[in-house]
Amino acid sequence: MMEITEGSHAVAEAVRLCRPQVVSAYPITPQTHIVEALADFVANGTLDAEYITVENELSALSACVGASAAGSRAYSATTSQGLALMFEVCFNAAGMRLPIVMSIANRAMGAPLSIWNDQQDSISLRDSGWLQFYAEDNQEATDLHYIAYRVSEDPAVLLPSFVCFDGFILSHTYEPVDTLSQEDVDKYLPKFAPPERLDAKDPVSFGMYATPEYYLEFRYETDRALKGAKDVIAKAGKEFEALFGRDYSAPVEGYSLDDAETVIVAMGSICGTVKDAIDEMRAEGKKVGLLKIRVFRPFPTEEVAMFLKRAKRVAVLDKNISLGAKGATVLEVKDALYGSAIPVKGYILGLGGRDVRKRVIREIVSLVEKGQGDQFIGLRKEVL
Amino acid sequence: MACKTCELFDSGHRACGGCGAALAARLVTKAAGTDTIVVSSTGCMEVFSTPYPETAWKVPWIHSLFENAAAVASGIEAALKKQGRKEKIVIMAGDGATFDIGMICISGAFERGHDFTYICYDNEAYMNTGIQRSGATPYDASTTTSPAGSHSFGNKRPKKDMPAILAAHGAPYVATASIAYPADLMQKVEKAINTPGPCYVQVHAPCCTGWGFEGDQTIAIAKLAIETGLWVNFEMLDGKITRAKKVVRKPVTEYLKTQKRFRHLLSQNSRMRKLLPYRQWQTGTPRSTGSISNSRKNERINHFFRGFPFYLYHQDGNMILQHDLS
Repeated sequence: MMEITEGSHAVAEAVRLCRPQVVSAYPITPQTHIVEALADFVANGTLDAEYITVENELSALSACVGASAAGSRAYSATTSQGLALMFEVCFNAAGMRLPIVMSIANRAMGAPLSIWNDQQDSISLRDSGWLQFYAEDNQEATDLHYIAYRVSEDPAVLLPSFVCFDGFILSHTYEPVDTLSQEDVDKYLPKFAPPERLDAKDPVSFGMYATPEYYLEFRYETDRALKGAKDVIAKAGKEFEALFGRDYSAPVEGYSLDDAETVIVAMGSICGTVKDAIDEMRAEGKKVGLLKIRVFRPFPTEEVAMFLKRAKRVAVLDKNISLGAKGATVLEVKDALYGSAIPVKGYILGLGGRDVRKRVIREIVSLVEKGQGDQFIGLRKEVL
Repeated sequence: MACKTCELFDSGHRACGGCGAALAARLVTKAAGTDTIVVSSTGCMEVFSTPYPETAWKVPWIHSLFENAAAVASGIEAALKKQGRKEKIVIMAGDGATFDIGMICISGAFERGHDFTYICYDNEAYMNTGIQRSGATPYDASTTTSPAGSHSFGNKRPKKDMPAILAAHGAPYVATASIAYPADLMQKVEKAINTPGPCYVQVHAPCCTGWGFEGDQTIAIAKLAIETGLWVNFEMLDGKITRAKKVVRKPVTEYLKTQKRFRHLLSQNSRMRKLLPYRQWQTGTPRSTGSISNSRKNERINHFFRGFPFYLYHQDGNMILQHDLS
């Protein structure tokens, strides 16, 4: 059913339809509307879940760890500082192979304190073993929750997922969103039935201690499962398309890519702006295209290499920076294109909610055409 | 349901011979029985009981992190409720995980009122990392981060009063126990498990390696702690003390002299010997801390006896509780 709704509320509705049994979250801007909406569902009997109002984010995700290990579908949502407080638990949940799904309303990291959007928070946890999905709009943000539970809980994967959507830009924006019915979601997402759970009838130990003789193999297996998740996403995405008409089977998506000489690589809501800028530039005869990255972990290295192989130059937009090095996406893209002669330049932009407009995209295209890049975009003059 | 003949914490684990915590795990699981899920914090017990691929736990067991056992237990409880399951949840965490790093998670979980039993096995320091002081370390104990030296008596602060903190959260049942009194310990654990809501049992679990004594002395030392009044076994129901073990108190030196961590206090040449009020210890008149002492000597004595939700004093050779137990 098509509805004009706020991004957070659309996400909360999608989460409700996924029937989590335990919801555990702590308020933080700009995620708060999601957890408020879920509390409202529980209070009014439209979501049959235990809702734990924890005292901080570390406990929010820790309670999900307990719930998931006990065999219940668990959900949380956070952003920025809250996610940073969960750092330790994120690695732990992935290591214990607990398929928790968590929404991230992406926000900058302090200091200085900023409640506005960039993707530094979830990118900083790229090594934690979670799948990372990034949404361009609120339709994608909702749909990716169904996909995330389906993929995370697949016995071949059993790893947790972040569903990332840009704070404020998506979370607080009203857009038309097609919400599925409960019947539809039940058809798509089977009941959570993990192969192992905490159960007195069949005792197992979770989260043991591994000596150097065993630890390496745990990491190998987790990495193998995360890389293997790509095939599971493809299958789950195809099935989703067959049922509901929207295709999320590929980890990347091209826009005006076929004959593109300059390709912009981007992730999240900025892709909408990039598409508009491309339409304008195409009308002027410029051969520009977009490669949107929807799945950042597992990183679609082969797909990126394949889609970019005919490009003359590549401009990678990063709403994050690995301080002292480069943006996270440009490093991945350079890795994917290693050995090719295609020049790849990185652009750091939009940090802490700085607006990115079509003219900024056009400016980046002219920079990459001149071979200039690996720089911040739109800095105030006084710092230069 | 309790199973006194069950061995749910198996032998063959990697604890030191004479480990008080291992005995605590064995007694607690007997009292808890098979329908139990155990949540451990990071620490000695977690490490010595689950070196992959072996586990000593014959009940379902989970360890997540150092500080979050109470939060993990909250999630398990919510899941069991939703699934209509009846297993009991028992947390087994050390004093570092309980008194220090886990305080926020514990406070949150107790305030929310989840139904679990939190057992703190209290060996009075961070033993797993090599005997560093914690909020549970007794006054003047020498540890690797509070070493006694020419300018230090050892640990500068009295033991934190965890039972009172959790009673103040509205915990319906709070108790202390000792591995030297297994029947009492198991009875208290069983009572805690059968009391709805978050309950707390703090178990004195001497550590031969950390305290500096031979492994065959563990029980004797745990007993001495009670007999000298440096550990008090009691029960609190809804914040009121309802039962406490009374003793004819022995001089505290009887306890202190058994352990290396207190050796500096008893050394004949110690600068501290002049400063510390040994005569009072031996004849035993630690004063009630109902009023604040202006005497440094008395302050030191009182610090020794702190860490419990009431203070003790000695009268006619018997330990009297400040609170009225009638």
